[in-house]
Amino acid sequence: MAAPKKGRRSPGGQGRPGRVLAFILLVMVALTGGMFAYGHFTPRLGIDLAGGTSFTLEAKNEPGKPNAITKTNMNTAVGILERRVNGLGVSEAEVQTQGKNHIIVNIPKGTNAEQARQQVGTTAQLMFRPVLAAAPAGTMPQPQPTPSASGGSGKDKKGGKSSPSATPSAKPSGSATPGGQGRAVTDALKAPQAPKPTPTPSAPSQDLQKRFAALDCSTKQSRSNAAKAADAAKPTDQVVACDKDGKEKLLLGPVAVDGKDVTGAKAVLDTQQAAGWMVTLKFNGKGSKTFGNVTGKLASQPDPQNRFAIVLDGESVSAPSVRQAIDGGSAQITGNFDQSSANDLANVLAYGSLPLSFDIVDESTVSAALGGEQLHAGLLAGAIGLALVVVYLVAYYRGLALVALASLACSAILTYTLMVLLGPAIGFALNLPAVCGAIVAIGITADSFIVYFERIRDEIREGRTLRPAVERGWPRARRTILVSDFVSFLAAAVLFVVTVGKVQGFAFTLGLTTLLDVVVVFLFTKPLMTILARRKFFASGHPWSGLDPKRLGARPPLRSSRRRPSASTDPKEA
Amino acid sequence: MSRLGALGARLYRGEVGYDFVGKRKIWYGISILITITAIVGLAVRGLNMGIEFKGGAVFTTPKTSVSADAAKRTAEDASGHTAIVQKLGGGKLRVQVSELTTQKSRTTQQALAKKLDVSPNKINTDIVGPSWGDEIANKAWTGLGIFMVLVVIYLAIAFEWRMALAALIALVHDLTITVGVYALVGFEVTPGTVIGLLTILGYSLYDTVVVFDGLKESSKDLTKQTRWTYSEIANRSLNSTLVRSINTTVVALLPVAGLLFIGGGFLGAGMLNDISLALFVGLTAGAYSSIFIATPLVAEFKERDPQMKALAKRVHARRAAQAAKADSTDPADHEADAPEGEGPEDTPPAGVVGPRRQPATRGRGGRGRTQGKRR
Repeated sequence: MAAPKKGRRSPGGQGRPGRVLAFILLVMVALTGGMFAYGHFTPRLGIDLAGGTSFTLEAKNEPGKPNAITKTNMNTAVGILERRVNGLGVSEAEVQTQGKNHIIVNIPKGTNAEQARQQVGTTAQLMFRPVLAAAPAGTMPQPQPTPSASGGSGKDKKGGKSSPSATPSAKPSGSATPGGQGRAVTDALKAPQAPKPTPTPSAPSQDLQKRFAALDCSTKQSRSNAAKAADAAKPTDQVVACDKDGKEKLLLGPVAVDGKDVTGAKAVLDTQQAAGWMVTLKFNGKGSKTFGNVTGKLASQPDPQNRFAIVLDGESVSAPSVRQAIDGGSAQITGNFDQSSANDLANVLAYGSLPLSFDIVDESTVSAALGGEQLHAGLLAGAIGLALVVVYLVAYYRGLALVALASLACSAILTYTLMVLLGPAIGFALNLPAVCGAIVAIGITADSFIVYFERIRDEIREGRTLRPAVERGWPRARRTILVSDFVSFLAAAVLFVVTVGKVQGFAFTLGLTTLLDVVVVFLFTKPLMTILARRKFFASGHPWSGLDPKRLGARPPLRSSRRRPSASTDPKEA
Repeated sequence: MSRLGALGARLYRGEVGYDFVGKRKIWYGISILITITAIVGLAVRGLNMGIEFKGGAVFTTPKTSVSADAAKRTAEDASGHTAIVQKLGGGKLRVQVSELTTQKSRTTQQALAKKLDVSPNKINTDIVGPSWGDEIANKAWTGLGIFMVLVVIYLAIAFEWRMALAALIALVHDLTITVGVYALVGFEVTPGTVIGLLTILGYSLYDTVVVFDGLKESSKDLTKQTRWTYSEIANRSLNSTLVRSINTTVVALLPVAGLLFIGGGFLGAGMLNDISLALFVGLTAGAYSSIFIATPLVAEFKERDPQMKALAKRVHARRAAQAAKADSTDPADHEADAPEGEGPEDTPPAGVVGPRRQPATRGRGGRGRTQGKRR
């Protein structure tokens, strides 16, 4: 190793420690400042410490469709679940994929677990229902069936939620009609004349009319209730539903086409006609036939009865109008889409065809009381462990223990601030295993000090005075620390990549603290040691410094060998 | 403590020491015995897998006056499976039912809530489908495998393949013992246990690596001298870093002990307890194996190396010569006072040994010199 390089005279090494120390202190201050800037002072707590419910869902291929568990499909499912869970009125719920085929849903305390389970556990319902009447959100009964939300009025809203038009594309070449221009603003006031054939229903019943008038889509809660009611309705019933943004409410006829008949949907940018983003969808045989029929009928209707709503979980995601019958099994929805809104809609449509079903494979509910208790226990265990380590270090290393304690404190500050900051940054949540990892890390961190201290003491036993001992012991200690920390980090990294769930949280903390250990030893302990070595208390080997050469059983000073220059050793020594 | 420090110094200089390498057969024997016991225990009793692996449910109730028996009956009636009920601190109950379907778990939860007269929300529930448990276990095994391969590669690069092999054997040894203890005592294996077990991987190796690092350093330029065989150097290096090994192990165990104490004594059961128990057993085994197993193994592998064989031959030849020469003096003394025989052929190696930064024979060399000088 580079052991001899530094030797005993290293003016550079002695000039820098102050600066290095200042640097790490600056980092600590910066991190603490970051905490203030974010306004978070405690780490985000996981479900097991804060209380709440956590579900793990496992994706299964639908029969007859192997290999459906793909990243895209899983992400689509996550998007859908997120919508649903957050529809409960909880905003902090989080949904994420875990490994290849699992999705984790964490719902913080205060939510009804039963309700959450229903939301998470049921399969999504996607259906196409013809629109019978539309009105702006709000309870005010509106005699007029709406400004028909045509291209114009839709523009000022976010793209896509206006009523885009669905245009047929019988041929793959796509006879796409430019959305805005083609859609005639129909005579909205025409009475709803009901063409008899079954799928298009007769005029809505009195009762439903009333419900429609009473329907309020302006708040999240009311929308969620409406969606539940609509979702619970039979496919053959007429329902009232809200538009997902709460801008419009709709009175919808029976289900015309089931979402399961959709075989695919994607967002594409129409380059040929410059119609902007649009969503193309494909139906299977049965779907394309019914869709053709329905659209054929709808096309001849006035607005809003020429529209159909794409209803997901009882909520209208989009309600485009139809201009002509769409045969051939593929359709395009155009309108004021931007890329993300087109993608959103495509995802929703695709979910209907998502060949996946989900099972709840793990569910855990932790009451806030137990969570708090576990957090307490974890902190207490950490405190006890830390106290034991401190006692041991002080008893054994005396004055040197101060260095160890300062370093541990430094490491603790870094770990804590990083954990707090990683909450908002990458969604890190401190759970019980992570607490365990942090506690175990106390040992690992302290171990690297011990490795260094023992090295220094060995050097002193060789007869060196403290300053050279500190410098000469370092390169060797450094290597040992690096090698063993690397092994520890490797374990953490492998665990983090390979495993799932709780094990992962543990691995993350362990890896983080191992990295910080290296940082602290290099940037804090070593410079601090160098500085302290100049202090008389340590340099003179005060009995309480932990570096008393006599107690350490140092050899008589090296000089003795100098007396015999003939000794073959000395030339190299000098 | 100063006495400990002095002991450390004497260990460091090799004035006292235990012949770990020489007496390795004893320790191998002990380890093999323990390992066999562990394996037999594993084969006969098997592991008590927690519900996380079998599927089932654990309910933790709030403080209740309902007796454990009553809760057990309720849970069994509702679920149709045997329930295990534990009393926890603070009048809480922990009801565990294994091999339950998720559907049944819910009905059980509701039944319990009714019996206890609390809302189902107040009952902490952990419901696990069997497939999820399999998933966790499989991933853990995969992780274990990948880690072992990587670490062996790394150690083979950072040190050498013999050390990597010895470290691997020591690791397997630690894991077997830990798992064996679980089988024999019948502790429940939970994801917490798995976490603990996987951490042992890193930690047991940490220990071994610290020892190996000292060994690597002290065996540098070994072939250039004829005083010591590899085994002797290994033993010396082990002894001189003994204090360090003991300290690192103690300091690593102390926080875990804190966890175990709190987890076991305060919470009764749960993740903290499971992790720390596995860690405690594993770390102890790890400390033992890095000293008593790993290093002697390295020495044994090394001694098979032709170079080292040749070295051992030279060393023995030299010692025999010395013994013959110094027949009149105490022959048993040669181990401690080897430098005595500063015969002509000793000079070249001494030259190599001399620089103090050559740790190979640092302690010895230094001592030898000073003694020589005193004469």
